[in-house]
Amino acid sequence: MSSLPWLQHLIIVPVLLPLVAGALLIPINQKRHALKFGVGLASGVLLWVVAVALLLMADGGHWPGGIGVYLASNWVAPFGIALMVDRLAALMLVLTATIALAVLLFSAQRWDRVGVSFHSLFQFLLMGLNGAFLTNDLFNLFVFFEVMLAASYGLVLHGYNLRRIQAGMQYIAVNLVASLLFLIGVSLIYAATGTLNIADLSTRVAGLGAQDAWLLQVGAAVLALAFLTKGAMWPLGFWLPTTYASASAPVGAMLVLMTKVGVYAVLRVWLAVFGDQAGDLGGFGFAALTVGGMATLVFGAIGMLASQDGGRMAGYGAIISSGTLLAVIGHSGSAVLASGLYYLLGSTLAMAAFMLLIELTERIRPPGAALIAITMEAFAIEDKPEDPVGVGMPGTLAFLGLSFAACALVIAGMPPLSGFVAKFSLFHAMLAASSADAGGVPGTTWLLIALMVVGGLAAIIALMRLGVRTFWASGVVTPPRLQVSEAAPVAALVIACVLLTVQAEPLFDYLGRTVEGLLHGGGYAERVLGEPAVQRVSGAEAVR
Amino acid sequence: MELTLALAIGVVFGAGIWLVLRPRTFQLITGLLLMSYAVNLFIFAMGRLWVDKPPITPTPDIDPAQFADPLPQALVLTAIVIGFATTALYLVMMIGARGLSGSDHVDGEEPRE
Repeated sequence: MSSLPWLQHLIIVPVLLPLVAGALLIPINQKRHALKFGVGLASGVLLWVVAVALLLMADGGHWPGGIGVYLASNWVAPFGIALMVDRLAALMLVLTATIALAVLLFSAQRWDRVGVSFHSLFQFLLMGLNGAFLTNDLFNLFVFFEVMLAASYGLVLHGYNLRRIQAGMQYIAVNLVASLLFLIGVSLIYAATGTLNIADLSTRVAGLGAQDAWLLQVGAAVLALAFLTKGAMWPLGFWLPTTYASASAPVGAMLVLMTKVGVYAVLRVWLAVFGDQAGDLGGFGFAALTVGGMATLVFGAIGMLASQDGGRMAGYGAIISSGTLLAVIGHSGSAVLASGLYYLLGSTLAMAAFMLLIELTERIRPPGAALIAITMEAFAIEDKPEDPVGVGMPGTLAFLGLSFAACALVIAGMPPLSGFVAKFSLFHAMLAASSADAGGVPGTTWLLIALMVVGGLAAIIALMRLGVRTFWASGVVTPPRLQVSEAAPVAALVIACVLLTVQAEPLFDYLGRTVEGLLHGGGYAERVLGEPAVQRVSGAEAVR
Repeated sequence: MELTLALAIGVVFGAGIWLVLRPRTFQLITGLLLMSYAVNLFIFAMGRLWVDKPPITPTPDIDPAQFADPLPQALVLTAIVIGFATTALYLVMMIGARGLSGSDHVDGEEPRE
């Protein structure tokens, strides 16, 4: 009896582990939150270890081409569901596990007791996220999206109050409709090509007849609508700021990750299906991504300037980051991919840290301060200087201020942190890609660069205003009482951003290899479709 | 047959869209249900329309062109289950919103006149 080498089973662990942990957590009584938290944290730590192991295996030549394939139920690829881990999927798994660990630790102090079943829902959310990153089948992707969304519906309502219900009503309705669009897109693609396996799809695109090719384009466009609703491209992202602003802090941090799933899905499907191997259909829809991404950038920048509270600002920040990613990928495609992924990492970590941080800084401001600040600004009343608080600044305030500044620098893309490195390398890659063509750099490249700079400027203005109002102009500043378990996760995420900057070179090497693996579409399809099923040796042979 | 089915799906989906855009939660959920019925029919139709053809055969050496495509039937089953579950979830949340806000408007409050 031959079997898979046990290491191969690691690929399915990021899906199974949270499922089992979440299910185990359900019967445990809500009063035993230490135990519940322990189980959740153990699962989180294990997930992180597995994700790092998968990353090392994908990058370390454990699998040919850096692509590991796991055939669920031992069905060969186009017929059964194939899970696939490559460098990109592994990277997203590590990012998810890192943010999840920080969020779990953060919620231990207070948030996991605000409502029931926080930890179970959180595990199911992780399962959906990990599954969406790992799967190589469009319908399976739908299933994991639904797992993720169903868990997020519960989490958005966590700490049930009127504001959350009002936001949740819209969030859930929008996503239910998006799921229906997802189904329409998937079934149209199936009708056109007869397959749902992404690798199989990539090999069949070039040989489609005119009518089927047309059907595939319609299907892919409808599918993109569903992805981009999650990825919050304008005009599909109106639900996002309200949801972010009303969700509890830990949930908000996870929502940041969920918008990136939409972008990831677009990236994964488009690069595989509409890449160079697609013949006439190659590059389909990239122009729409560019225009949509630019519009998203403008929408996010305006929204960020207009918003008053931190949660809403974070929401628009996430929209800016999605818009930037979509626009640069649509505009320059593979040339900017490595820089785009670097930007994705940095901005996701910083936004997650920012979501957690806002909740901590809001404790500084006395109740009602937010309202006063709005009226002050509306009537342009000069704030009378209060007693200086600079002398003997308490540790907590210094910590909050520094973390806030670090997050703001990354989000706005100012030096010296990773946001700047990301934007600089994006500009560089875009200009290098465009100037290779004859006739100089086209106007759209300059427009996109200008929009990104303006977006960064809007972000820094809005964040500075929020920072000034929170730390300097909020009257009597009483240092909030912070627990280590609340401060440590924020600090860890900020340090991760700093590490991204310091270790930019090895990271860019890794991302370069990632992109190389992604673009060799042929090798990818052969790896997935060529993965042999485990042979079952008959009883007689086994005895011999 | 194709035309009838296409029209039916279109009418049901159109009615669903109209209802989803209405302001009351009951209309919204009815619209979502109608849309999901239409989508389920649509998935089913994407396996091409067949009459009197079994989807699965126990005998291996038979011309597969004589059989209906079983995959959309499996897909539609999954879609029905998931759609049903998420709609039920939404229903629970609607009841909660009605209890907490005292209004069945989708904004969670009565519109200001």
